[in-house]
Amino acid sequence: MGNDDTSGPGRPADSIAWNRDMLPPGPEQDAVIKGITGEMTEKGFVVASLDKLVNWGRTGSLWPMSFGLACCAVEMIHAYMPRYDLDRMGIIPRGSPRQSDVMIVAGTLTNKMAPALRRVYDQMAEPRWVISMGSCANGGGYYHYSYSVVRGCDRIVPVDVYVPGCPPTAEALIYGILQLQKKIRRTGTIRRG
Amino acid sequence: MADVQNLPATAPRGVTGSLGAISFRLSTTVPGIMSAGIEKGELVVRTTRDRLLPLMAMLRDDPLYACQQVMDICGVDFPDRPERFEVVYNLLSVTHNHRIRVIVTTDETHPVPSVHQLWPAATWWEREAYDLFGILFTDQPDLRRILTDYGFEGHPLRKDFPLTGYVEMRYDEERRQVVYEPVDLVQDFRNFDFESPWEGILTLPGDEKAHADRHDIKRKG
Repeated sequence: MGNDDTSGPGRPADSIAWNRDMLPPGPEQDAVIKGITGEMTEKGFVVASLDKLVNWGRTGSLWPMSFGLACCAVEMIHAYMPRYDLDRMGIIPRGSPRQSDVMIVAGTLTNKMAPALRRVYDQMAEPRWVISMGSCANGGGYYHYSYSVVRGCDRIVPVDVYVPGCPPTAEALIYGILQLQKKIRRTGTIRRG
Repeated sequence: MADVQNLPATAPRGVTGSLGAISFRLSTTVPGIMSAGIEKGELVVRTTRDRLLPLMAMLRDDPLYACQQVMDICGVDFPDRPERFEVVYNLLSVTHNHRIRVIVTTDETHPVPSVHQLWPAATWWEREAYDLFGILFTDQPDLRRILTDYGFEGHPLRKDFPLTGYVEMRYDEERRQVVYEPVDLVQDFRNFDFESPWEGILTLPGDEKAHADRHDIKRKG
């Protein structure tokens, strides 16, 4: 979030990079909405570029596969709960990999769990992303030298965003999700390259 | 409890309370007990493998002891002893609100009689002791691993098992599955120096000369 430098107060509404960053409520957001509404009433349709529309759809409904493995899962649950309320950002936890877009690996990934994690990742439909949450998922963390722990879940699945912390706070996880949204917008392709 | 409290009239000095009475009664009346005493306020009974089952059956069924539950069965590894393992049974009596710890010794080859006929819950504990220490239990119909990975080799809580084990895991793109490989640590073990505020990083790269004397001090200490 936050202001992009192209969306300064002196710029006209149509040059605002509305797709790159969410606009905070205020006169700039109102200008964009007014412009679109005006176009709708005038012409009956709105012209937008497809990749931006796709990105808007993807970032607005990131459904995570909740893969809570350890104590990080508690912080992930905090992020879902009313105080932080990920639902308001269209982030709804799913119990099935077939319905999810992003997998949040929250906790220690053990050797015994690794094949299951990979299978769940393989079952997710493209485009798919992975957030590695916490020290254990990032690189083994406290259990780095253990005989039974995978030293980082990036040995098993490709990771898009690493959230550091032991465990990361709910705010940190939300920041990681926002960074992932930024990455999705930046990629800007319909097919994930 | 009344009969238990009456006993300590003849109990030896230093053994007090109901646990002391139980310990005294066990060591004087029950055959096959190597020792029974209070250690750090808890009753510990040591016995042998062949005497284990009758003792456990008595501890469960005799209303004086009435240990209805086995809270825990665990192993301890002492590599220097001739029989390196101890198997520790922590029993709880709900009616008397006391706990009795029974200890037997064994090694890699000699099995311990299973107590799953007395307490069905013992199966999982015995599987755990087998998994992590390699302790064998006779008459245990389900002696499988319970915690470690499928196909895991070795017994990780033995003192001669290396901390990082022998294999590590990664996803193989070509075989499209998760594979095991020999351990290759990219980061060396850290030696934590608890006397230093810098957590083991005594000498930064390039500061060797400046800190040479400091290393001397450390070597002497």
